[in-house]
Amino acid sequence: MITSIRMRFKNQRVIPICSTILGILFIIAIVAPWIAPHDPIAVNLAYKLQSPSWNYPLGTDHLGRCNLSRILYGARISLGFAMLIFISSLAIGLLIGTFSGYKGGWVDHVLMRFCDGVMAFPSLILVLGLVGIFGPGLPQVILALMLVQWVYYARMFRGMVLSLKEQNFISAAKISGSSQWKIIKNHIIPNVLPPLVVMGTLEMGWAIMDISAMSFLGLGVQSPTPEWGAMIHEGKSYIRTNPELMLYPGLSIMLVIVTFNLLGEALSERYGVKRRF
Amino acid sequence: MGTEESKVLQVRDLHVQLKTKNGVTDLIQDINFELKTGKILGLIGESGCGKTITSMSILQLLNPKETTIEGSIMLKGQELNGLVEKEMRKIRGKDIAFIMQNPMNAFTPVFTIGHQFVETIRSHTNWNKKQATELAIEAMKQVNLPDPDKLLKYYPFQLSGGMLQRVMIAIAASLHPAIIIADEPTTALDVNNQKKVLRHLDKVRSEYGSAILLISHDLGVIAELADEVAVMQHGKIVEKADVFQLFDAPKHEYTKKLLNARSTLYLDEPVINLI
Amino acid sequence: MSLLQVNEVTHSYENRTFFKWKNRSRKVLSDITFSIEEGTCLGILGTSGAGKSTLGKVLLGLQKPQYGQILFQGHDIYNADKHIRQKLRRDLQVVFQDSHSAVNPRMTAERIIAEPLENYEKLTLDEQKRAVIELLEKVGLGEKDLKKYPHQFSGGQLQRVNIARAIALKPKLIVLDESVSSLDMVTQTLILELLRELKEDFGLSYFFITHDIKAAYTISDTLGVLEKGELIEHYNSKKDFFTSEHPIVKEMRSSMLAEHPRFRSIGTRNSTL
Repeated sequence: MITSIRMRFKNQRVIPICSTILGILFIIAIVAPWIAPHDPIAVNLAYKLQSPSWNYPLGTDHLGRCNLSRILYGARISLGFAMLIFISSLAIGLLIGTFSGYKGGWVDHVLMRFCDGVMAFPSLILVLGLVGIFGPGLPQVILALMLVQWVYYARMFRGMVLSLKEQNFISAAKISGSSQWKIIKNHIIPNVLPPLVVMGTLEMGWAIMDISAMSFLGLGVQSPTPEWGAMIHEGKSYIRTNPELMLYPGLSIMLVIVTFNLLGEALSERYGVKRRF
Repeated sequence: MGTEESKVLQVRDLHVQLKTKNGVTDLIQDINFELKTGKILGLIGESGCGKTITSMSILQLLNPKETTIEGSIMLKGQELNGLVEKEMRKIRGKDIAFIMQNPMNAFTPVFTIGHQFVETIRSHTNWNKKQATELAIEAMKQVNLPDPDKLLKYYPFQLSGGMLQRVMIAIAASLHPAIIIADEPTTALDVNNQKKVLRHLDKVRSEYGSAILLISHDLGVIAELADEVAVMQHGKIVEKADVFQLFDAPKHEYTKKLLNARSTLYLDEPVINLI
Repeated sequence: MSLLQVNEVTHSYENRTFFKWKNRSRKVLSDITFSIEEGTCLGILGTSGAGKSTLGKVLLGLQKPQYGQILFQGHDIYNADKHIRQKLRRDLQVVFQDSHSAVNPRMTAERIIAEPLENYEKLTLDEQKRAVIELLEKVGLGEKDLKKYPHQFSGGQLQRVNIARAIALKPKLIVLDESVSSLDMVTQTLILELLRELKEDFGLSYFFITHDIKAAYTISDTLGVLEKGELIEHYNSKKDFFTSEHPIVKEMRSSMLAEHPRFRSIGTRNSTL
């Protein structure tokens, strides 16, 4: 009984608090060029590995670059590109999944077997493979992540469409004379999207992880571009002497992902949405 | 007429309120009625008039955090309102049995009927599995269910709605409860099964002397079975009378409206005699 | 020429599995033949599983039967060319049993009712709005209900919205598939009254599918009885249902509940007074 009161209480606060934090982070990402104290890629070996000071609020890294500025600029990449991957793979998955589910028959079979094939691989391995083919670099990583991610959305949307198709209001729309495309546009898609917006918050967390993971492996962002995963990669040689080089980016990643996840869980509890796993 | 001993349930001034963010709303108020041994009280009204709330409050199944219940609910002299959950659990199933609208929802799909029947019996008695199974078979025979031994081995999905409802009634009756609350027992069923189920309920009443609270929105069900009728509207009982009196000389406007609804569905006089 | 002529319609559902030799088919409709004249209502009675809903879907053009033809206004609805089918479509409408699942939960009543108008009539937004208001008023609702969403309506009110949508294009035949079965007694009567009025005012024909004998009798002119996919009885005068000696019909009659306690076959007979 006490736990249920606490849970309800928690949900009341979680959504506004998390949304605010994320809102602030997004704003920071946008205005980074104006609030960062220094140029994130300006190398200044004379000042390398300094402790926090007025000039360099979070100190400097092994090449004398301002840590704070790198973190702030890194937010743009992590958040911005995660958003890009999420939206584009969602869009592709929505189109293909909805079409497949509504059409049924051969079309549905072929598309879904293709998705099965892709899903048989652990997604990160597949991304690694694709990046191996495309070559390292941020655009390549983003493309690879998009190509792998959309199949999950396609399957999900297709499943929702299958159950929607049986609803009488779809038959009623046909009887009112609506064309196939009109039905998909007005009846299927609007009923399929809202749960996904909630799911999106959880997916964002994964997207950020993926970008950072690729960068950490040296496959994503190339130096000197600041990106949190890449910063951890560069900082690992200094783990004994200057652990903060890994801590700052690591904590940033953690903050963003945890916030997204908490928000996603609270929203899905509130709106009764089932999660992917 | 009904002596004090034959009154099994006495509901006095029952008043249930719902607590919301904006204050309290009355769900049902001024509810007064009695259930007598071997008699059937029909409770009729539109959807949302408070029939189910009434039955839920007798069973003390309303959420105490969201609702407040005032008034008295006396079962054979024992006050049920406010009774501790532990005591109430002993009463539910044994002294008060409940038959719900959709029999499919009343059974767990992964266990056989027999398993659930026996489990219910054993949770209220000290009998072992063999004795409980015998009682179950006996109970089903009493109400003319065919092949009770076979029936026990079936899973819920293998039986039709009508069959399941009759099994539910058999389970409800097996422990000879003083009261049976039947909430829209025929609404989810096919017409062919409706009469069978109602006959079944009547048999239970005559065999065991249980008092029955029969809740329905269908006047036909009430006309077939009830001895007395209470008409509910917007959370209040607007008329209460003997069933013949209600149909012949309704007093309240709403009762008249309900009965008139029937008469537009009435068939011509000559045709009625052919049924 | 009858408005609707159904000839020898037969249909089975196949349980298709990947390995063809495990094919098992279930006959749902057998050799169904009947007709409906303009301005009349044919009531179809049957228990669940008798094939009523399948017959409804076949009539509406949603499910092509394996054998047989449906002639609506003289045209075979499954084999006519696209242009004729489009014209026929507007004259054949439906009201389903569950009012909530028959509407898009994210659309307002206005959009729901306007959909058929958008598809067939070229109206300006204003004209369309006025047409929708007129339809709402015909079914006992009003302008205030325009912007409401399905969850803001009760079952009975939402069914009125469904009826408004069905009559929007001034159809000739409406399939009513258990349209009042989910409503409580009082609401049922009100909706049946509305349907009867509309039928008289607009010369509509109805195909009224139900398991409720009294409801069917109230609104129908002719009655049919469906049992295990076969149309076992067809009465051109509905009174004949009550004099028929057919065993299944007799069983149906005996399952009707009493109108008044003095006709009861269960329960104690005497007044306790």
